[in-house]
Amino acid sequence: MEDFGQASLRALHLLVTGDRALWNIVGVSFSVSVRAILVAAPLALVLAFLLAYTRFPARLPITTVLQSLQSVPTVVVGLLVYMLLTRRGVLGDLHLLFTQSAMVIGQIVIAFLFMVPMAHGVLAGADRRAWETARTLGAPPWRAMWTVMGELRFGLLAVTIAAFARIVTEVGTSIMVGGNIENFTRNIPTAIALQTSKGEFAQGIALGLVLLLLALVLNVFLGILQGRGEMR
Amino acid sequence: MNKLRLLLVLCMFPLMLVWGAAHADSRVLRLSTTTSTQNSGLLDYLLPTFQKNTGYDVHVIAVGTGKALRMGKDGDADVLLVHAPPAEEKFMAGDNGVNRRYVMYNDFVIVGPKNDPAGIRGMMDAKAAFQKIARSKSTFVSRGDDSGTNKKEKIFWKDIGITPHGSWYRAAGQGMGKVLLMTDEMQGYTLVDRGTWLALKDKLGLRVLVQGDKLLFNPYHIMAVNPAHYPDVNYKGAMAFIGWMTSVQGQRLIGQYRVHGKELFVPTAIPLKVAERTSH
Repeated sequence: MEDFGQASLRALHLLVTGDRALWNIVGVSFSVSVRAILVAAPLALVLAFLLAYTRFPARLPITTVLQSLQSVPTVVVGLLVYMLLTRRGVLGDLHLLFTQSAMVIGQIVIAFLFMVPMAHGVLAGADRRAWETARTLGAPPWRAMWTVMGELRFGLLAVTIAAFARIVTEVGTSIMVGGNIENFTRNIPTAIALQTSKGEFAQGIALGLVLLLLALVLNVFLGILQGRGEMR
Repeated sequence: MNKLRLLLVLCMFPLMLVWGAAHADSRVLRLSTTTSTQNSGLLDYLLPTFQKNTGYDVHVIAVGTGKALRMGKDGDADVLLVHAPPAEEKFMAGDNGVNRRYVMYNDFVIVGPKNDPAGIRGMMDAKAAFQKIARSKSTFVSRGDDSGTNKKEKIFWKDIGITPHGSWYRAAGQGMGKVLLMTDEMQGYTLVDRGTWLALKDKLGLRVLVQGDKLLFNPYHIMAVNPAHYPDVNYKGAMAFIGWMTSVQGQRLIGQYRVHGKELFVPTAIPLKVAERTSH
């Protein structure tokens, strides 16, 4: 068995030589997760805002339930989406199981469940005067919401990036509803799982490095944004 | 139920618009198969030729045989390539599949650590070997995932009247490749198909200890999902795949597949000339 050092060297070689299969997998990961976050983030932010800034009877129970749902394992989300999308399921006619769309749906759910409580925390903990001022100045509610979110954009962006990091590294749902199909639904985490099962550690490490690099870039980006936020 | 369905479909509609779902593309063929055909590299070797000849884009979903059959029953696959005859016969008897054909076989071997604590090296009798493993309480790693290999293993335990339990028996619940790696780490025994074994053996410190028993014979069948139950499965593609796998070209390619210079699968669908057939 090759040792860790050898495997890592081969991994770096795969990365810099632009191994096609490898970059294809990276592409699937990004395409799926970006699509998911684009759908999930606006929905989650608006819902979190409603929960934090409006008063309606079921508000507290809903908030509590959503907060608990945050700890649902991703494989359970995968299982539910699978049961929904299987030919025998409610949405079976759409033929979405084992496609990228199925993975996008799964990741939307995960990102949404993650983001609502986090964004709620950011919004609820903020100074309500932004909202009150905007309303007093005659802004309609949606405009005032926009103002509040603008004030809190760094916190909300951090939540969004954390959600993205969560879905791009997620393996349970992807492997269940995507099926790990080569050149189609194989993303970074499911490829690492497969390569490990074949004893091919080099490609697994290479893909792990890509994820690590992504995390680094995101965090540097976030750090710069926060730096600016502090300077204002 | 109908209202819920409508609501859900309506909710999904904008998504479908944006992402353009791969809606019942007749060029896509969903092949549900066992981890052994993928881990051994056989499909990577066969499918490009099939795709070139027929234009079908084969989506391979590698799972255990139990799950593969379940996916066929649910209409989540178009064609199945599996290796658990009793379960397949049940599947066929339930009208879940059509046109089942015998395409090839390989065999199982029992592998274990070099020092062989159970003392089964060189035995021909698989059941007796299982008995010795159980008696000596040597670590045995089971697939534990209702795959074809797992079903085979369970038949052995049942036949020798042993219900394996206790800390020596580890049901991993994973694919063959991963179970082999785990067996190596734990210095235990396991039952493995020869294909996956040959593909991985260079990475392992295990040895083949028992082979050649008729009971270790491992036949693979291919079958289409019954289009009468699911009119929108890709039945045409499934039949094209079955036809190709059992064609002279498909059978010849299967027989010619080598890993580390060793043949893995013996084609059985049509009697090829003896010279073309690989001896075992």
